[in-house]
Amino acid sequence: MRFRRSPAATADTDVAEPGRGIELRGVGHRYGDRVVLEGIDLQLTEPRVGVIGANGSGKSTFARLLNGLVLPTQGQVLVDGLDTRTQVRAVRRRVGFVFQDPDAQIVHPTVAEDVAYGLENQGVPPDERAARVAEALERYGLAGHADHPAHLLSGGQKQLLAIAGVLVMQPARVVFDEPTTLLDLVNARRVAELIAGLEQQVVVVTHHLDLLDGFDRVLVVDGGRVVEDAPPGPAVAAYRTLAERR
Amino acid sequence: MTLALYVPVASPVHRLPAGVKLLCLAALAVLLFARPTPAVAGAALVGTLVVGLGAARLPVAVLARQAWALRWFLLVLFVVHALTADVVSGAHTVLRLLTLVLAAAVVTATTRVSEMVRVVELLGAPLRLVGGRPERVGLLFAMALRFVPVLIERADRIRAAQAARGGAPRGLRALRTTVAPLLVQLLQMAHDVSEALDARGADDVPVRRPGGA
Repeated sequence: MRFRRSPAATADTDVAEPGRGIELRGVGHRYGDRVVLEGIDLQLTEPRVGVIGANGSGKSTFARLLNGLVLPTQGQVLVDGLDTRTQVRAVRRRVGFVFQDPDAQIVHPTVAEDVAYGLENQGVPPDERAARVAEALERYGLAGHADHPAHLLSGGQKQLLAIAGVLVMQPARVVFDEPTTLLDLVNARRVAELIAGLEQQVVVVTHHLDLLDGFDRVLVVDGGRVVEDAPPGPAVAAYRTLAERR
Repeated sequence: MTLALYVPVASPVHRLPAGVKLLCLAALAVLLFARPTPAVAGAALVGTLVVGLGAARLPVAVLARQAWALRWFLLVLFVVHALTADVVSGAHTVLRLLTLVLAAAVVTATTRVSEMVRVVELLGAPLRLVGGRPERVGLLFAMALRFVPVLIERADRIRAAQAARGGAPRGLRALRTTVAPLLVQLLQMAHDVSEALDARGADDVPVRRPGGA
């Protein structure tokens, strides 16, 4: 695909400051009158960050704030110093996002074409694109499925394809929104191992608490607020206590 | 449901540009209707089979599936023509339609969707003159191919859920009870897909590169 440069794209050339990580300053978000998140002040620089909480606690909105899919109605979200409100394209190039349902994330009919999609958007030349797609398919166990129709893949393969489509773009950070919720035990373990092996900073929203083993930091979200911010052990204990009180 | 029919084989037909194949297909369609004789239709069918099974080395099953899917339609067509005109006319009509469907299947099976998308973008290039983005049209084309099977799968799931709870409506009622929940699911999915497109840089605008595909 060929693209034209629009004036809006020039804002993306702003220089990032990678050491700053992800910063949320006084962040809140409302849908109409409903407060979904409020009073969040965090700096996330750790390689592995988990986010847990009950359904409807605001976890998914929190995740979407990190790459500008949702903009805060209050406060500011900065990724490597780039504001999601004013430099959203640059932010999205730095922060990959893997959704819970891979069917909604796979937009091309065949496997290789879908992996190539993000690279086309980045304007990667065809030769380099083909090499990176082949490498990604090999790495994520999809090499034999390059020309396979995406809708005929198994659930686990679809999730791997969705992840490959994001990681091939080489983002500096990746946000996963419940990546194992729709998977069986084998595929969930496979995705967990894949996440554990990533070089990028990873933020994982999950209900699968064992996915957080080895994480550096876990946030417990409840009623739109971060009520616990600790290593996995204490954070999971706090979450269990919270759940038992209900 | 297999809309993505591409069969990866290293053949000269596969290597032909998508635009050339689509032009040949269009020319064949014109020929079949401009020269409506059984001899032309028969020769076109033989030619299609030679190209598909010989030059492109497609499995017989790929073309057989297409013909089999049309069997009832072709049968009805034949009967209607046989009753309203004559048997030869019916056979000729069926032959022409079958040839065209098989030729289209050969094009689809030997052409990657991305190549088709590029042709669509090329055809849509004049849209740039009025501020349009042909790559969006190409993306729509690819997404239509991608999501039709998903839509069918979702409809099947809804019907299965209804059946599991004792509901097995038929006819128009089945359509009504499936369409409403399907629409709700599709609207939710459309929202999710739009988020995914944003997250994957659909709105990104990189520099045009010479020779970039």
